Amino acid sequence: MATPYAEKMAQSQKEISISDFFAKNRQILGFDNPSKAMLVSVKEAVDNSLDACEEAQILPSLQVKIVRCTQKDRFITKVRDNGPGIVKKQIPNVFGRLLYGSRFYAIRQSRGQQGIGISAVVLYGQLTTGKPATVISKIGEDHPCYRMEIMIDTKRNRPQVLSEQVVLWEPPHGTEIEVEIEGRYSKEKKQSVLEYLKATAIVNPHVEIAFEDPDGEVRRFERAVHKVPDQAKEIKPHPHGIELGVLKSMLHNTEARKMSSFLTTEFSRISPRGAKDILERAGIGESKKPHLLSPEEIQKLYDAFQGTNFMSPPTDCLSPIGDNLIRKGLRKEIDSKFAYTVTREPSVFRGTPFQVEAGIVYGGEMETGGPVKILRFANRVPLLYQQGGCAITHAIENINWRPYGLEQKGGKGIPYGPAMILVHVASTNVPFTSESKEAVADVDEIIDEITRALQALGRRVKSHINKRQKLQKVSEKYSIVREILPEIAKKSSSIMGKPIPPLDPVITKIMNIMVIDSGIHFTEGKQKEGTDSVTEVTLKAQNYTGKPRRFKIAVKVPQALIQGIYPDSYRMKGDVIEWEIGPIPPAKFEHLGFSIIGLEKDDYDEVEVFYSNLPGEVIGADPL
Amino acid sequence: MAKKNIFKGNQVAMERLREIAGSIYDQLMKEEIPALEVSSRTKNNIVLSDEHNVWKYGEDVVQRSAKDLGGATGILRSLYTVDFIRDMIKDGKSSTLREMYYISEGWNKAKFPAQDDSNKLAEDLEIITRCMREDFKLRPEEDGARVIGNITIEELNRKGDLKRINCKDDVGDSGYGIPYNVEQEKVRFKSVDADLILAVETGGMFDRLVENGFDDKSRAILVHLKGQPARSTRRFIKRLYEYSNLPVVLFTDGDPWSYRIFASVAYGAIKTAHISEYLATPSAQYLGITPSDIINYELPSDKLTDQDVSALKAELTDPRFDSDHWRSEINLQLKIKKKSEQQALAKYGLDYVTDRYLPEKLSEINVL
Repeated sequence: MATPYAEKMAQSQKEISISDFFAKNRQILGFDNPSKAMLVSVKEAVDNSLDACEEAQILPSLQVKIVRCTQKDRFITKVRDNGPGIVKKQIPNVFGRLLYGSRFYAIRQSRGQQGIGISAVVLYGQLTTGKPATVISKIGEDHPCYRMEIMIDTKRNRPQVLSEQVVLWEPPHGTEIEVEIEGRYSKEKKQSVLEYLKATAIVNPHVEIAFEDPDGEVRRFERAVHKVPDQAKEIKPHPHGIELGVLKSMLHNTEARKMSSFLTTEFSRISPRGAKDILERAGIGESKKPHLLSPEEIQKLYDAFQGTNFMSPPTDCLSPIGDNLIRKGLRKEIDSKFAYTVTREPSVFRGTPFQVEAGIVYGGEMETGGPVKILRFANRVPLLYQQGGCAITHAIENINWRPYGLEQKGGKGIPYGPAMILVHVASTNVPFTSESKEAVADVDEIIDEITRALQALGRRVKSHINKRQKLQKVSEKYSIVREILPEIAKKSSSIMGKPIPPLDPVITKIMNIMVIDSGIHFTEGKQKEGTDSVTEVTLKAQNYTGKPRRFKIAVKVPQALIQGIYPDSYRMKGDVIEWEIGPIPPAKFEHLGFSIIGLEKDDYDEVEVFYSNLPGEVIGADPL
Repeated sequence: MAKKNIFKGNQVAMERLREIAGSIYDQLMKEEIPALEVSSRTKNNIVLSDEHNVWKYGEDVVQRSAKDLGGATGILRSLYTVDFIRDMIKDGKSSTLREMYYISEGWNKAKFPAQDDSNKLAEDLEIITRCMREDFKLRPEEDGARVIGNITIEELNRKGDLKRINCKDDVGDSGYGIPYNVEQEKVRFKSVDADLILAVETGGMFDRLVENGFDDKSRAILVHLKGQPARSTRRFIKRLYEYSNLPVVLFTDGDPWSYRIFASVAYGAIKTAHISEYLATPSAQYLGITPSDIINYELPSDKLTDQDVSALKAELTDPRFDSDHWRSEINLQLKIKKKSEQQALAKYGLDYVTDRYLPEKLSEINVL
C-alpha cells in the first residue's frame, strides 16, 4: 500500500522560525526596495532612540550618519543617541531577536508600536551584506561602555554575539547602532531620509538631530523647546477595544484566579458590579478559573462585552504634542508667516482612545501652483508611504476647501495652493490599513475628528486670506497717497506752471479708512539677571477718514501677567483689555499697547484686535 | 540746421494735452479725487456711425480714478506722457512708440510695464484730445507700405523743403514709401492719372504686378498693404480716394484674416474706432481671392484650421460682413473647408494674374 501523500508532505513540513519567515518575506518588514530599506533602517533606530529618551525623560540629541561604501549600493547607517543606554545583558536581545520586548498587554501610545523593531534592520543588513551590526551602549558615567558585534541566528531567532569588548566612550550615556545594508540614497525623493528627519523634527520640537548624508553634507535640526513631552501612561485594555484572540491569551496568562477579579483587574472601566452583570449575561460563574473557560464560553464572554455599555476608556493616557509646540515645530522648519494649529479633545473608537491634532502653514515661500503638501503622523512618527490610502488623506479630500480660499477641482480631492497640512493621530492603538503600518485605516470616528480639526484650520486660513487682501488694499492706498498722488500734483502743476496744491483733503478722501496696525516685540529674559521674558504689544490707530473718530478697541490677552497698559482709558473685562479711544482728528493717530510677562517666544504671535462704534471700513481689526 | 516742423495739428494737440493736465490740477484744487474719462474700448462699445458709414466708439466711458492704484498710476502716466509729447513738439522731434516706452524707464512710478501699455495710453490720449497720434509726433515702429502708380505728390522732407515725387517715374521698383504722417501738412496730392486704386495684401503679389507692368497696362495705382495695414497706409488710401474719387479695390489671400484686412480698410478697426472716419474708406470693394474663386479657378488650396473656422464663424455675426454676398461666400468656404493664397494663381503661369484673373474680376465688379 502506498504511503498517503500527506505523509510525504509531512516530512518536508517543519516549523519555520519567525526570523526565517521574515528572511524570506522581507517586504513585510518594509524592505520592499533599496530606497525604502534605507529609510526604514534609519527610522527604526531613530524611533527607538526617541522612545527610550522619552521614557527616561532625557532631551534627545541624535546623530544620524549615512556612509557610502565602496561596493555599489552598500551603505553604513549609523544612529547615535544620548538616551539611557541598554544594560549589557539586554543588548543582544534588543538588537538580535525579532519581536523581543513587545509587552503584550501594555497599552500605551508609543512610537514603537509602529515598526517591526530595530532587530529587523539588523536582520536585513545581515541578509543583504552578510555583516553583523555593531552596537555601542553606556548606561552611566561610572559604568563601562560595551561594544558588541551582533548577528541573528535565523533558525532559532536568537542573538549571536560575534565579539564583545569594553571601550572608551566620551558621552555619559547613550547608544549607537551601526548597520551595513544594501540600499539606495536619494535626496530629492518625497520619501527620503532627509524628509523623514525633517518631519520628525516638526512634531518633536524637543529633539535635536544632526544628519550627515553620504556626500558629507550636514543638516541640523535645532531644538525649539526644552521640555521632554510627558511620557504616555499605560492603560489596561477596554472591553470594547479587544479582539477575541487577545481575550483568549489574556485568560490563559492572567494571574487572577477568579473570573470576577480577572475582569476587574485586567480591564479598564469594569467595576465589580459590571463584572457581575457581564458574567451573568455570559452564563459564567463568578468564581470560575479564567484558564478553564471553554471556547464557547469565551465567545459568550466576548459577546457580552459587545452588548454592554461601558464608560469610555480613560484618555489621559494620551500624550498629544500640543498645538503650541506643533506651531513652533512648523515655524522652525518652514519659512512662512502663517501657521495655525489645533489640538482636538481626546476621543474614542471601539474602546480605544485617540486624539487628533492638525496644523496648516499658508503662504510665505511655498509654491502656489501645486497640490497642498500633506504631512501625516501617527504617534509622532511620520508616515511617508501610501498617502492615497490613508484616512488622513481621505479626510482632506472630502472637505470642500474652496470656501476656505484654497483651490480644489470640483470641490473634492487634494486642494491646491501655497499651503501645507499636518495631521497627527495619537492613540494607544493606531488602526493601520495593513501590517506595514504606513496608512491610518478609515475609521469613521477618526475621520470625523480629523475633519473637524481641518475645518477649524480652514476657517483660520480664510480669515487670514481676507486679512491679507485687506492689507494689500491698504498698502495700495498708501502707495497712492504717498508716492503717486504727490507726483500727480507735481507734474500737473509743473505743466500748468502753477503752485502745487494742498493734498491732505484728497488723501483722506482716497483712503477713507481707519487703520489699526499691531506689532509684537519679544525680549528674552536673562536667568542670571533674574529678568523675565517680555512680549511687548503695540497698536497704532490711524484715522484716514474725513471726520474725527471716537471708538472702542478691545484686545484679547493670554493667561499671563499683563503690565504697562497705555493709554489709561482702559478697563479689563476678563481676558480682554478694552480702551475708549479718541476723538482722533482726520489724518492723525494714537498709540496703544501693553506688555505680557513670562511667555516664551512665539507663545503669543497674533494680536486679535476688535473694535466697536466705528462706521466705514476698518483695517487690522474685526468688529466686536 | 533743420527747421522745426511744428504744424497746426501739433499746436492743437499741445493745447488739448495741456487741458488734460489742467483738468487734473483743477480737481486737486477743488479737493476732488482726480479722474480721467475715456471711451470704453471694447467690442460692445462699437457702433456704426450713420454719418460716416464707419465703426465708431459708442457712449460708454471708463473712469480712471486715483481712488485705486491702477487708475492713479494711469493718471500719472498720462501726465508724464503729456509732458513728454509737449516737449517733443516744442523741440520739433518725433519718436517711435517703442522709443517712448523706453524713455518711460526714467519715469519711476509712471514707467510702463510693457509697450502695449504705452501704445494704449497714446490711443487714450487721441480719444481724449480728439487729435491723432501723428499730431503727437508719435509714430509706429513700422512705417506705411509702398505705392507704385501714376500719381504725383509733394512731401515735406526733414529739411523743411517740399519734394515733388511721381510715384511711377521718380521711384525704383520698390515704389514710394508711405511716411508715418500723411496729413495735408506733410503729404499733398498734386495729380493723378489712373483708373483705379488696387490695394494688395502680400509683397510677393505686389512685386508680381509691378514686374508685369499692371500699373501701366491697366492704369492702376498699386498700394502694398503689408498684411494688416498700418494706420498711415489706411489714411493714405483714404486721402487718395478723397482726392481722386477713383474706385478702391482690395486684392488679398482667400482666408478669414484677409477678409478682416478688407473690413479694417473699408469700415475701421476696434482699436482705432475713435479715428475711423479718418482711416476707413467705406466705398472700398473686395475683389478676391473669394471662396468662389477657389472653385471657379480651381486654385491650389490648404485645409482650413480650427482657428480659421472659428474666425469665419465670428465673421458671420460681425456687422461689417452683414450682407448676402459675404454670408454666401463665408458659408461656401465653411462648406468646402479650403483657403487659397493670392499667389496660388501662379498655377497657370506668371502672367495669368494680370492677363486673365484681374481683368475678369475687375470687369465683374464693373471697375474695368
